Amino acid sequence: MNLQAALEMGLNEAEYEKVVGILNRTPTLTELGMFGVMWSEHCGYKYSRPVLSLFKNYKEAQESGALENAGVIPLDDELGIVFKMESHNHPSAVEPFQGAATGVGGILRDIFTMGARPVANLNSLRFGPLSDVRNRYLLEHAVAGIAHYGNCVGVPTVAGEVVFNPCYNGNPLVNAMAVGVVERKHVASAAAGPAGSPVIYVGSATGKDGIHGATFASVELGPDSESKRPNVQMGDPFTEKLLIEATLEALATGYISGIQDMGAAGLTCSTCEMAAKAGLGMDVDIRKVPLREQDMTPYEIMLSESQERMLCTAIPGHEADVISVFHKWGLHAAVIGKVTDDGLVRIRDLGQVVAEVPARSLTDECPTYYLEASQPAYIDEIQAFDTNALPSSEALECPLTPTQCLERLLDSPNIASKRWITEQYDSMVQTQTVHLPGADAAVLQIRGAQRGIAMKVDGNGRYCYLDPFTGAQIAVIEAARNVACTGARPAAVTDNLNFANPEKPTGFWQFRRAVEGIAQATEVLGTPVVSGNVSFYNETPNGPIYPTPTIGMVGIIDDPSRSCGAAFAEEGDTIVLLQAYDHVEHGLGGSEYLSVIHEIEAGRPPQVDLQAERRLQEFLVQAIGKGMLASCHDVSDGGIAVTLAECCMLGGVGALVLMNPSSWEEHTTASLLFGEAQGRVVVTLKSEEAFEQLKEMAAEQQITAHWLGTVGGEFLRIASGTNDLISADITAMAQIWQDAIPRRMAAVAH
Amino acid sequence: MSQMPRFGVVRFPGSNCDQDAYHVIKDLLQCDVNYLWHAEPDLKRSDIVVIPGGFSYGDYLRCGAVARFAPVMDEVRRHAERGGIVLGICNGFQILCEAHMLPGALVRNSNCKFICRTVQVRVESSDTPFTSHYAKDFVASIPIAHGEGCYVADADVLAELESRQRVIFRYTSTSKVDSDGNPNGSLNNIAGICNEGRNVLGMMPHPERACSTLLGSADGLILFKSLSMALHAAK
Repeated sequence: MNLQAALEMGLNEAEYEKVVGILNRTPTLTELGMFGVMWSEHCGYKYSRPVLSLFKNYKEAQESGALENAGVIPLDDELGIVFKMESHNHPSAVEPFQGAATGVGGILRDIFTMGARPVANLNSLRFGPLSDVRNRYLLEHAVAGIAHYGNCVGVPTVAGEVVFNPCYNGNPLVNAMAVGVVERKHVASAAAGPAGSPVIYVGSATGKDGIHGATFASVELGPDSESKRPNVQMGDPFTEKLLIEATLEALATGYISGIQDMGAAGLTCSTCEMAAKAGLGMDVDIRKVPLREQDMTPYEIMLSESQERMLCTAIPGHEADVISVFHKWGLHAAVIGKVTDDGLVRIRDLGQVVAEVPARSLTDECPTYYLEASQPAYIDEIQAFDTNALPSSEALECPLTPTQCLERLLDSPNIASKRWITEQYDSMVQTQTVHLPGADAAVLQIRGAQRGIAMKVDGNGRYCYLDPFTGAQIAVIEAARNVACTGARPAAVTDNLNFANPEKPTGFWQFRRAVEGIAQATEVLGTPVVSGNVSFYNETPNGPIYPTPTIGMVGIIDDPSRSCGAAFAEEGDTIVLLQAYDHVEHGLGGSEYLSVIHEIEAGRPPQVDLQAERRLQEFLVQAIGKGMLASCHDVSDGGIAVTLAECCMLGGVGALVLMNPSSWEEHTTASLLFGEAQGRVVVTLKSEEAFEQLKEMAAEQQITAHWLGTVGGEFLRIASGTNDLISADITAMAQIWQDAIPRRMAAVAH
Repeated sequence: MSQMPRFGVVRFPGSNCDQDAYHVIKDLLQCDVNYLWHAEPDLKRSDIVVIPGGFSYGDYLRCGAVARFAPVMDEVRRHAERGGIVLGICNGFQILCEAHMLPGALVRNSNCKFICRTVQVRVESSDTPFTSHYAKDFVASIPIAHGEGCYVADADVLAELESRQRVIFRYTSTSKVDSDGNPNGSLNNIAGICNEGRNVLGMMPHPERACSTLLGSADGLILFKSLSMALHAAK
């Protein structure tokens, strides 16, 4: 094998030399393929690892060899929550249905391979604007793919987010998150059992699909990306459902000593990772692998990314007990080799050795690069944009009234109701979903437990484009705030870091700044990053995407029956704004208002005060736990006007709101209504008397409670001083908000 | 004293509402319940058989088309012929139609998309063991979650179903115009029907998902309570 073959598999010249050095000979084709995928950024994190060490848990797990497929946090004394998020961006760009579907399948396997029953799916999606037919196609089919897979496996899709921006033209983002529940004393390990243990292959047969998928994920998308369609795997959720039930049943026998799913880099990754983690080797004959077609080469078998497969090791003598469970569920299961103590992954083809590689060389010896980072030139210029220079409605230079601006914002697909999407997902199967999609965060009541789980995914690429450090922090605090708005304590984070080409210094700078932001924010909030995924090379010939870290936040609620929703509940309820920061800035930089009304994406994202956010979250959990709040909804995209409108539309009732000018006197009408200053939440109370009590309690936490108005009527009216700013009919507003996405998607059907 | 019935919940490969139905029967009704494995022709002395929702055999070929040939289905058919009670929910309804235990068929939703939402269904008849505890015309909030829930049958069958009061659940809406609440294009706004003997019911909505106010509605629990008294009522 020569250098040319190595280059085609994504290795560079120095890496090829390193392989030759490790083996002390020229690698075989199969070996070269194994190094090619395992040393890709997708599997090896060769560019991101030094930066990810900023996450304390990751660093500790990395150093102690305890890095598992997904993170685990305690729910209570007996149960743990397992969760992770993973991207399927590149496959979804060329084949959205299968790309998104297999994204769901892959992340679910990361959960049940740890012995956890998957209880929820979430997703975070990004597309170019729906005015473009290609983007409508991508949305239609990515959503259908997620629905197809999630609905069939019987795991509810309970929350998510979808954002549209031209920077995602040609490079959509599909991030799938899964959450599972496991008995803490029965968490399964991905380390191989002791030497001599049989190695068992289970699940679907191996075919020629998805070969080099991981390598595909580690290059930029280009004009020839369509030709990579054969690199996209095909999912079969029916088999996955059987695999979930069979795996959990087989683990319950106690005869499985180690288990790992086969995801990226398939059999290569699972054999070498399981062996390396145990400090052992593995001797496997690929002709014992169940195959879909018989004429597959060792290279193809080792690199296939066929879906719905797992590798496990069994306690010697009990392989038949394990295999019979999988056979009962109609799945393939075969002993393909055994664990050895020589540290080598040895691959045979009918007995003849075709690859023999030190397991650790594929995992731990993956080259690590310390890339150069430099601030992109655009940053200074774009941050200098002064939102005070905007034409204001007072000066009549803005052609729209505030009410028209609100309607325009509600019609923006970023703010609009996502019902067209979420109704295609089964959000209720397993009958544990207390808060359905559309809430600030989903809440699950866990059968057999007192406590419940709240969860949310959040990200804001525009903020991160303007300032990746602050933008990434806002993603963390907003996800945490959403979880706290239901009454749950934010507990831990999984992240999906979607960035451009890290080999370009500006791309790497964005990545590093964002990770620094996340590391700091999660530390102050006490919500460690326990799992995650990096997706680089999200750029097309038209340029890079906005840096888009997405945050999956999981929280714990002591009593799900006390959880709080966003909808205004009853006429007469008192509306209160909770404000955690001393100073409320204009918050128009990078706002949805600036983008939709003025078609400008510039300025600085809102400032972040992590301590204040933490206090606000603690206060919300306390107030909701005491049953003081009738509703609770955070102020984010579109500002306070959109928040109030959403509370009204969800509750089917209007509101009369007075923005007391003394608190906001330096604000313009636009910043007052549509500014996205952080640390704010709109809540309602059952009575005016409760307001005094709440105000006192809030003051103890240095949070200001502003009386805003009263729930009631059929209109949302917002006044400031003696000026009527907004007057909008709830039914008409809801129509705009509900129709925004279906109206645009209707163009697909015809 | 009333005799509590023994339930059996069928598990096909790909069933995914089996555990939810089992939970309601065992934990909320506190009745005896067993899973019935698709490959075993044994109903484990069940008085009432539940065919749950999901994607039996991946819904490959056609929803329910493969499941009807499962060994357990011969026993289910015999059970029904003896007058035993059979409840098919969602995929279970599709299977009962494919097995010709109920007339008609369920085809792709009129909008060609999977739909998951809570709908309003009117109880058209209390004269079944499934609905005896509902007042006639009671409007129940029950979720649906299906891609193929559009009920179709030829005109003769529809006329027969209507004239014999065999339409048990009908989609309706708060506006009182039934078609406004029809989510999938079902003929005559049909959400659930029974057989001639009134002991076999197929319905697209998921009553097991409407057994807790915390989850949005407890209207489905009335169906299970009716069933828990079914043996008593029969005597």
